[in-house]
Amino acid sequence: MRVPVGWLAEYVDVPAGRTVEELDATFVRLGLEVEEVHRPAEVTGPLVVGRVLDVEELTGFKKPIRWCQVDVGEAAPRGIVCGATNFAVGDTVVVALPGAVLPGGFEIAARKTYDHVSDGMICSARELGIGEDHAGILVLGDGFEPGAEARPVVGLDDVVVELAVTPDRGYCLSMRGIAREVGTGLDVAWRDPGAAEVPGWSGEPAWEVTVADAGRCDRFSMVALEGLDPAAPSPWWMRRRLAQSGIRSISLAVDVTNYVMLELGQPMHAFDRDAVTGPIVVRRAREGERLTTLDGADRQLSGDDLLITDDTGPIGLAAVMGGASTEIGDGTRAVLLEAAHWEPTGVARTARRHRLPSEAAKRFERGVDPAMTVAALARAAQLLAEHGGARVVGGLVDVDTRRPPPSIPLDAARPGRVSGVPYPPAQVVGLLEAVGCAVDADGDRLAVTPPSWRPDLTDPADLVEEVVRLAGYDDVPSVLPTAPPGRGLTETQRRRRAIGRALAEAGHVEAPAYPFVGLPALDALGLPEDDPRREVLLVRNPLREEEPALRTTLLPGLLATLARNLARGRRDVALFEHGSVFTGGVREPAPLPGVDTRPDEETLAALLGAVPDQPWHVAVALTGAREPRGWWGPGRPAGWADAVQAARLVAAAAGVQLFVRPGEQAPWHPGRCAELVVSEAGGDRVVGYAGELHPRVCAALELPARTSAMELDVDALPPAAVPVGPRISTFPPVFLDLAFVVPDEITASHVESLVRGGAGELFEAVRLFDVYSGPPVPAGSRSLAYSLVLRAPDRTLTAEDVARVREGIVAVVELQGISLRSGA
Amino acid sequence: MSGANDPYDPKQVAALSAEALDAAVAAAREAFATAADLDALAAVRPAHLGDRAPVPLARRELGALPPAARADAGKRVNAARVAVTEAHEARKAALEAERDARALAEERVDVTLPWDRRPRGARHPLTTLQERIADVFVGMGYEVADGPELEAEWFNFDALNIGRDHPARTMMDTFFVAGGRDRDEDSGLVLRTHTSPVQARTLLSRTPPVYVVAPGRVYRTDELDATHTPVFHQVEGLAVDRGLTMAHLRGTLDHLARSLFGPEAVTRWRPSYFPFTEPSAEFDVWFPEHRDGPRWVEWGGCGMVNPRVLVACGVDPEEYSGFAFGVGIERALQFRSGVGDMRDIVEGDVRFTEAFGVEL
Repeated sequence: MRVPVGWLAEYVDVPAGRTVEELDATFVRLGLEVEEVHRPAEVTGPLVVGRVLDVEELTGFKKPIRWCQVDVGEAAPRGIVCGATNFAVGDTVVVALPGAVLPGGFEIAARKTYDHVSDGMICSARELGIGEDHAGILVLGDGFEPGAEARPVVGLDDVVVELAVTPDRGYCLSMRGIAREVGTGLDVAWRDPGAAEVPGWSGEPAWEVTVADAGRCDRFSMVALEGLDPAAPSPWWMRRRLAQSGIRSISLAVDVTNYVMLELGQPMHAFDRDAVTGPIVVRRAREGERLTTLDGADRQLSGDDLLITDDTGPIGLAAVMGGASTEIGDGTRAVLLEAAHWEPTGVARTARRHRLPSEAAKRFERGVDPAMTVAALARAAQLLAEHGGARVVGGLVDVDTRRPPPSIPLDAARPGRVSGVPYPPAQVVGLLEAVGCAVDADGDRLAVTPPSWRPDLTDPADLVEEVVRLAGYDDVPSVLPTAPPGRGLTETQRRRRAIGRALAEAGHVEAPAYPFVGLPALDALGLPEDDPRREVLLVRNPLREEEPALRTTLLPGLLATLARNLARGRRDVALFEHGSVFTGGVREPAPLPGVDTRPDEETLAALLGAVPDQPWHVAVALTGAREPRGWWGPGRPAGWADAVQAARLVAAAAGVQLFVRPGEQAPWHPGRCAELVVSEAGGDRVVGYAGELHPRVCAALELPARTSAMELDVDALPPAAVPVGPRISTFPPVFLDLAFVVPDEITASHVESLVRGGAGELFEAVRLFDVYSGPPVPAGSRSLAYSLVLRAPDRTLTAEDVARVREGIVAVVELQGISLRSGA
Repeated sequence: MSGANDPYDPKQVAALSAEALDAAVAAAREAFATAADLDALAAVRPAHLGDRAPVPLARRELGALPPAARADAGKRVNAARVAVTEAHEARKAALEAERDARALAEERVDVTLPWDRRPRGARHPLTTLQERIADVFVGMGYEVADGPELEAEWFNFDALNIGRDHPARTMMDTFFVAGGRDRDEDSGLVLRTHTSPVQARTLLSRTPPVYVVAPGRVYRTDELDATHTPVFHQVEGLAVDRGLTMAHLRGTLDHLARSLFGPEAVTRWRPSYFPFTEPSAEFDVWFPEHRDGPRWVEWGGCGMVNPRVLVACGVDPEEYSGFAFGVGIERALQFRSGVGDMRDIVEGDVRFTEAFGVEL
C-alpha cells in the first residue's frame, strides 16, 4: 500500500514539524512495515501558478504552436511558446520561469523559438516528474492564484510511504484504514472519509438484482448513472494520486472506482449499463460456462467460481475481475456502479484458480468493511457528477443479508497475562475502543464487539494483540524463563556433529548443495534402469525445469560442486556433504484433517506415514592431491583408498565397526569399489559404497580421471555400543613380523581376520606393513607382510609362546591356500 | 731412591718436597688448560695422571719413609693428586660441553618451514552457526528437535492456523511435491517453507512443559541472487509452559542476541503478523560489531503461540501458554561475518568455507 503523505494529511491532523522519519517510526510501531519512502524528483528555481490570458495560434510550422500571454503574478504577463493544445484562455497552469531546473537537469531560460522569445515554460506532468502524462500540459483546477508557489499545489513536496500490510489487516489497504491507525498511533484528531452522509436516492431500485448465494455475498449494492461525458478527463489531482499509488489512469469512470477503492478500501466495478441485458443474478458458475475477462483472457469457469450474470450469462468474475462484454468504452454514457461484499476464502480460491491476484481480490481476501458499499457508491457518484456530468437515476439497490457481528468475551486482565505488563482495565477498554470496538464492561469481564472493518478480530487472542500492540511492544520487559532440566543432544545429533568434525579435521571441506537434481545427472552416474536411486519425487513447480527431482543420492550435487571448484582454478579438492535424501516411491497422499482439535491417533499416523523417509547420508568426493607436494617431497594423489578411508573415519566417529569388501555399484569403477558393511543382529547390512569413480562417469561429468567418492547412509548405522575399557597389561610385548603369499582373490581384510583369529588370546595388535607382488612371488599371488604385537596379561612371553602363536596362524591361513613366505 | 742404611730425612727426598709437588700440579694445570679439544686433553693426560707422572712417582717414595715423616708427606702428595685430577675433570667437562653445543648448533633447522602435509578441512559456517545457536539453548535446558524437510502440508500450514485459502499460504512461495511419477498429482506434501512445522510435531509428541529449538533447512521459490536463495536455514524455538509471557520471550531473545553478538546486543520488536502466533512481532538485533558501524539489523520473527495452534495439537490454551520464534541463519551469518553476497554462502567454493574452520 502506497500512502501519499499529502493525501493522508487530509484526514489526520499530523502535528506541524513532524518529519517523514518520525512518521516512518510511527508506522513501524503500529506494525505497518515501511518498505520504501518515495520522494518526488527535485525541481529548483521559480515554479509558479500561471493563468493563461491570451492564446495566439502560430501557423507555418510543422505542428501546432501557441504563443501565450500568461499572468504569473507580476506586473505584466509573460509571453510563452507552448506546443500543447489542451488548454484554453482562463485555465490555470504550472509555469517554470527562467532559472528553474526541472528533473533530469532540464534548465529553463528565456530563449528565442518559433520567432518569439519564450520567457518560461508551461509544464506537463511528466516534465515535472509527477506522472507519465505528456499528451498535454498540466491544467490545474480553480482556486489558485497566479504567481503562487506551484510546488505544494502539484504535490511536488509530497512523499509517498510504501507500506507492507500483513494479511490480517485488510483495512489498512485504504487511506481510511491508514488514517485511523495513524490518528490512533499519534493520538491526534482524524476524520473518517467513510463517515460522509449518503444522499437519499429516491425511486424504485435502479436495477433488478438477485443474490443466489448469500453465503458468499452478504451485501450487493448498486446505483445507476446517466449523462456521463465519455470524453471528460479525470482531474489531474486524481490521476496524480492514482500514479502515486501505482495505478494507471484509464478513463474517468474507471479512475473513479479505483480512487474510491484507495480512499475507502471498497473495490468497485463499473458496468456499461446499456450492455447489461436483463436482471442481474449473483450465482455460482455452471458446468461449461466461460467468461472473457477485462484482460482479454477467455476463461473456463469452475463450479466454485462466483459470478455476476445477466440474461446473456456471466458478465463478471465476482470480486476478482469484470467481463469484457460490459466494459466501459469510449462511448459509455450510462453506467451501473457495483460495490459488494464477498466472502474472503471463495475470492482467494477464484483468484488462485485463475491466477488473477487483482487489487480487488487482494482486498476481499484480506477482509473489506461491508458497511462501506453504499458510502463508496455515493462517493463515486459524487465524483462522476462533478467531473463527468453524470447524475444518479433511480433508487439504490442494496441486497443486504449481513448478520450482526458476535461479541467476544474478554477478561480485562488477559492482555497483561500474555504480555507480562499489567494494563489497568480502563486502558484495555480505551485501546479497544480506539480500534473501533464497542466494549461492554462488567467489572473485569468485557464483552467486545469488533467494528465492521475488522473481520480478523474473532478470538480473545486477537483482542489481546490489539491491546499489546497499541500499548506498545517497547513496554514488554526482558525476563529469562527457567526451563526444566534437559537431556542435551540426542545420540543422533551428537553422531552427526562428530561425523562432520571428523571429516573436516581430516581435510574435507563441507559443501552443502541444493537437493534438486535433473534426470540427466542420474544418467551421468550410469545408474541402471531399475536402480532405486532413480525412484525420485518430483517438485510440481520446480525453479529450474531441468532439475525437477529431489535427490536420492548426495553425489550429483557434490560432484557438481567439485566441478565448480575445479572450474574456478582449484586443483586439489576434498569435499563432503551430509544431509537428507528423499526416498521415492508411491505413497498414500497425506490427509488434511481439521484443526479444531488434535487429530486422532489414526489420522496422525496417516499424516506421519505419508511423509517419505528422508535418510541422512554422508558423501565425500576427492580429486587432485590428497597430500600436497612440498619441500618434503612429491605429494600423493587422492584415490580410491582415500574414499574408503573416509568411510572408515565416518564409522569410527559414529562409534561403529565397519567392514569393507569388494563391491560393484554405479557410479564406481567395478574393480575399485568397496562395499561398506555393518553387522547387525539380522546379519550384514550394506550401508554404502566408496572407491574410484567409473571412467565413463568422470568423462560424462568432465571430472579428472581417478576422481574418487564415498556415500553412506548414516541412519542405517547401528547405535554405538558403550565402549568397554580394556585391561592394560604391564608385561613386555613381543613383536612378530610375518609375510604371507596370498592368492589375489583373497582380500587383505580377510587375511587380517585370519591372523587375528590364529593368534589367539595373546594377540594385541596387527598392522599390514608391506604389500608386494612380482618375482619371486608367483603370478596370481602377492605378498602381504604383517607386524604383530603379542602380549600376555600375567607374565612375560617365552620363545615357546611365540612359536606356538606362529604355528597357530600358519595352520589357519594354510587352510585357505595361504603360505608363509620363505625366509620370513 | 735412598740406600737402606742412609739416615733418612724426607726433606732430603726431592720428589716429596713441597716445591716439587707444586711444580708438578702447576705443570699439569697448564697442560690441561692448553689442550684445545678432548683429543689433545687425552694426549696430555698420561704425562700428568699416568703411572709415570711426577705425582704418582712421588707417592711411591712414601713407603720408604719412617712412620713419623710419612703422614706429613702423604697429605702433601694426596693434595697434589686431587688438584691434578680435578683440573683434568674440569677441563674435560668444559671441552665436552663445548663439543655438545657445537653438535646442537650444527643440527639447527628453519622452524618456519611449512608442514601442511594433511591440510585441515572445514565445516560450513551455516552448520556451525546452527550448532552454536542450538548450544546456547541446550545450555538453558532446551532440547533440539528435528523435523523433515519434505513435510505434510497439514504440518506446514493447517496446524499452524494457515488455512487452505489463507492469503499467507499463497504468500509463502511454496514448492509442492508430486505424489508419484505424475508431476500434477497432489500428494499433500511440500518442501517446508519454515521450521515452524516442528512446533506442531513437537506439541503432538510431547506434553508440556516443552522447551525445544529446531534448526534446519527450509525452502521458498525464490531465485538465487545476491540476497535470496531458494534453500536456506532457520532455527525455530518453542516454549510451552504454565505462565509464559511475552516478557519471557524477550528475555530469551535478548539472551540469544548477547550470546552471539556480544554483551551489548539487545532486541527490538515491531508488531507483525504470523497466523501461528498472536501477538506477533518481527525483531531486530542491536549489533555493535557490524562492519558498517553499530546498528539495528532485522533478524527474525516471534510471538506468543496462537491458542488455535495449541488446540490443534491437543494442548489446553487455558492452562498453558507459549512463545515461539524463528531466526534466519544466512542472515545472521551475513551480518555477523560481514558476508555481502548470498551466492558465496551457497555455491560451495572451498575458499569461502575454509575461512570459517571447523568450529565457529
